[in-house]
Amino acid sequence: MSITLKINGKEHTVDASPDTPLLWVLRDHLGLTGTKFGCGVAQCGACTVHVDGNTRRACVAPISGLEGKEIVTIEGVEGPEADAVREAWKEIDVPQCGYCQAGQIMSAIKLLEKKRDPSDEDIDLGMSGNICRCGTYMRIRKAIKQAAGDLG
Amino acid sequence: MSHEQPLVGQELDPGLTRQARELILNLSDNLNRATASRRGFLKGSSAFVLGLFLLSGKTAQAAGATELTAKVADLETFQGGDATPHLFIQIQPDETIQIVCHLSEMGQQVWTAVAQVLIDELDAPWENVRIEQAEGHPRFGNQNTDGSRSIRYNFERLRWMGAAMRAMLEEAAAQTWKVPKKECKGALGHVTHVPSGKKLSYGALAERAREMKVPPRKAITLKKREEWRQINKPVKSLTTPSIIRGEGEFGQDVRVEGMVYAVIARPPQLFGKIKSVDDKRALEVPGVIRTVRLPDLEPPAAFKPLGGVAVIAKDTWAAIKGREALEITWEDGPNANYDSAAFEKTLMEEVRKPGTTRLKRGDVNAALDAATKRVKADYYMPHQAHSAMEPPAVMARWDGDRVTCRGCSQAPQSARRNVASVCGIPEDNVTLEVTWLGGGFGRKSKGDHFAEAALIAREVGAPVKVVWTREDATRHSYYHTVSAQHLEGALDDKGKCTAFLHRTAFPTIAATFTYGQNEPRWGDLRQGATDTPFAVANMQVESGKADAHVRIGWMRSVANIYHAFAVQSFASELAHAAGRDPLEFLLELIGPPRLFDPNKEGAEYDNYGSPMEDYPIDTGRLAGVVKEAAKLAGWGRTLPEGHGLGVAVHRSFVSYVATVIEVAVDADGKLTIPGVWSAIDAGTVVNTNHVKAQVEGGTIFGLSNALYGEITAENGAIVQSNFPDWRVMRMNEAPRAMEVSIIPSTAPPGGVGEPPTPPAAPALTNAIFAATGIRIRRLPVFDASRRDRLVKKEQNR
Repeated sequence: MSITLKINGKEHTVDASPDTPLLWVLRDHLGLTGTKFGCGVAQCGACTVHVDGNTRRACVAPISGLEGKEIVTIEGVEGPEADAVREAWKEIDVPQCGYCQAGQIMSAIKLLEKKRDPSDEDIDLGMSGNICRCGTYMRIRKAIKQAAGDLG
Repeated sequence: MSHEQPLVGQELDPGLTRQARELILNLSDNLNRATASRRGFLKGSSAFVLGLFLLSGKTAQAAGATELTAKVADLETFQGGDATPHLFIQIQPDETIQIVCHLSEMGQQVWTAVAQVLIDELDAPWENVRIEQAEGHPRFGNQNTDGSRSIRYNFERLRWMGAAMRAMLEEAAAQTWKVPKKECKGALGHVTHVPSGKKLSYGALAERAREMKVPPRKAITLKKREEWRQINKPVKSLTTPSIIRGEGEFGQDVRVEGMVYAVIARPPQLFGKIKSVDDKRALEVPGVIRTVRLPDLEPPAAFKPLGGVAVIAKDTWAAIKGREALEITWEDGPNANYDSAAFEKTLMEEVRKPGTTRLKRGDVNAALDAATKRVKADYYMPHQAHSAMEPPAVMARWDGDRVTCRGCSQAPQSARRNVASVCGIPEDNVTLEVTWLGGGFGRKSKGDHFAEAALIAREVGAPVKVVWTREDATRHSYYHTVSAQHLEGALDDKGKCTAFLHRTAFPTIAATFTYGQNEPRWGDLRQGATDTPFAVANMQVESGKADAHVRIGWMRSVANIYHAFAVQSFASELAHAAGRDPLEFLLELIGPPRLFDPNKEGAEYDNYGSPMEDYPIDTGRLAGVVKEAAKLAGWGRTLPEGHGLGVAVHRSFVSYVATVIEVAVDADGKLTIPGVWSAIDAGTVVNTNHVKAQVEGGTIFGLSNALYGEITAENGAIVQSNFPDWRVMRMNEAPRAMEVSIIPSTAPPGGVGEPPTPPAAPALTNAIFAATGIRIRRLPVFDASRRDRLVKKEQNR
């Protein structure tokens, strides 16, 4: 069946069964492969997107519940927090393989939108849902603090 | 031949030999594909042709390929591959330096490192570099991206290539100006005629330079170290700008026109078979197209598909749902009785018995008998899974009897051979395209996922992407082996170690390739057993037997992980028994600066494929990293209540890493890691920032496995499946801070990706001991008996 989703400001009509998680519609139907598949059970955060201003794990978000909502992915995310995070990520060379980093960045942007000057505990809380097997955690922590500093 | 189609849009010179034509076709095909991939794998569209045109005119391709066949003096083969510069570097008229990277990018920043070395010797501006991934093909030399060897094996070769191309540009300028070549100097993208100050850009000279003969090595001058602009500098990653925008293509991301998706229900046991399968309900799932049965796996496992049933669907979700609806009855195979709890007992019994002697110095037994104090300890580490964030994925597409596979591979040449062998076609009929890897850690060196995709796509008759789910990756890995070790040491009346016995038993990786192999090979033992360079008069290394019941494979630093865990834990245990400071005791064990060669004491030692004369086992360098890490950590400072410092050091992949960890354990037994300090001596390093990143990441990998990693089997099947029951380190559990020091060195480059991992586990458990008095000899630290709390057993009661 057809469902219309608003992604990165554009409407897309997709033909997929309503229980299909957003992740597979993004990746397989729309070619928005920046949102990654890591676990499929909301445990690793690689598929983190923004839905109506909050982080969501796309791998467990059936499209049936997303009609009319504002969905933002790594390809479309923008704003001062997104700019600051991307700049800090580049400056510190945070990513290694990069596979988890779209999710990390989406989580970090939301963290900074909510906490302008996050403490270590805030970072633990905001980022512990995103696994990085390459072990970039120390650099992510540093980059979030740097982005917070840049945002002022 | 299908790719004799509109190649460069122009006819090939009919005078070329067949071999040259093929090389041209292959080379341009490869470059075209690389460009196309950045544009989302466009095929046959005008954008494809455009990319082709931008990348390479006919002249460039033809010149490059002709040189390949021209038997160029001593640049022909060098450090394991062709060193002809045209293979890796193309200079465009617009000054773009197009580089082909033959090694797989999996986060170790090999794209950046390869470009740094080539660009430095070529002496071109960094901003002009563009980089593409090579396909898997023998012409690139060894493309195996594991064993921490990318820079170790390619550094000199890449330097020669860059310098050779600079010499050709200088020659082209000399001919243009009709002046002697020695008056022409290439630097920062221009050749200057030094006496007159005349300049021509590399782009302007490129076409003429293509006609120049590749100079022999003796005619090439490499830059002096102090002239390096890129090498040994913290150059920024070439991949990060794409990653932060969700761009770049991983194996899981591959999409081609008309592609369908597959997931596979594989036998829970290795060599288990299908008794019966009913796919009726699976075929009723909306989006499911059909099922494909894979051949049963016969020993040895090697890189062959595991067997099972694939569900083909229009998207991944439908394939997953279809797989859930399959009704399969499995038939037990020879590993049906494999049970980790029972096997642990067997392995511990084995390692407590005398084994086969693999290295001998003095008389260990006599010295143990004569000891003032005799210390014994047994160590155990369970299976681990690599668990790269990207589960394996490959797209395969057939065209007649030829197949193109595109996916994540650390060893694309091996994957290509494997596809050919499993499909029964000539190797030349396989095109093996490499994407970025969302982590590898050794898992993606094994090309079973490529063979699966090729078999399924042939059956389906359409392009198929085989997607491994997290559960698949956890349950069907090539597991890091389970291991047991028994150590004994003798202390004299001054608290000095006079005897050191190290006995190790584990199912060997060799069993994956030789069915029934149950004894470690020299290649397993050289990783932290036979190469322990302790200054102890009586030393013995022994190995025991163990059968493999799952696919055993290499994982980041391999046998070094468990060997370093035991040896470095035991060093600390001996220090404690002697009532001495662990750091001071460790430095005494390492002893005075000297070179150690295990080959002279009964072991067969291949030094990770690097010559001993260039890369000796140097105890001075080993002690050097220990001292540096201890200095960074402030060893000896007064620590807060509940804190402890632990130290460990290890040489692997011909590099030296020492790590000091500070742990804090609160009154409830909750563990945190306030700080980690590491020193690495990897000889000459290419990128100082990325080497530090590898030390950080390799340490986290080691800590994650040591704290939480445990893969177990019951009735031959792996119990764990996904992150809830297979646990890896998260942000809130990671060290708050980590500092890395790179020892300045002019030694040839050693490995970097793996050496940081082995010291992590023993530094951690030594720190836990210092903080709590609890000695962890069985990993993981937080196994089922301990959950998340470090509380002494007696306190528990």
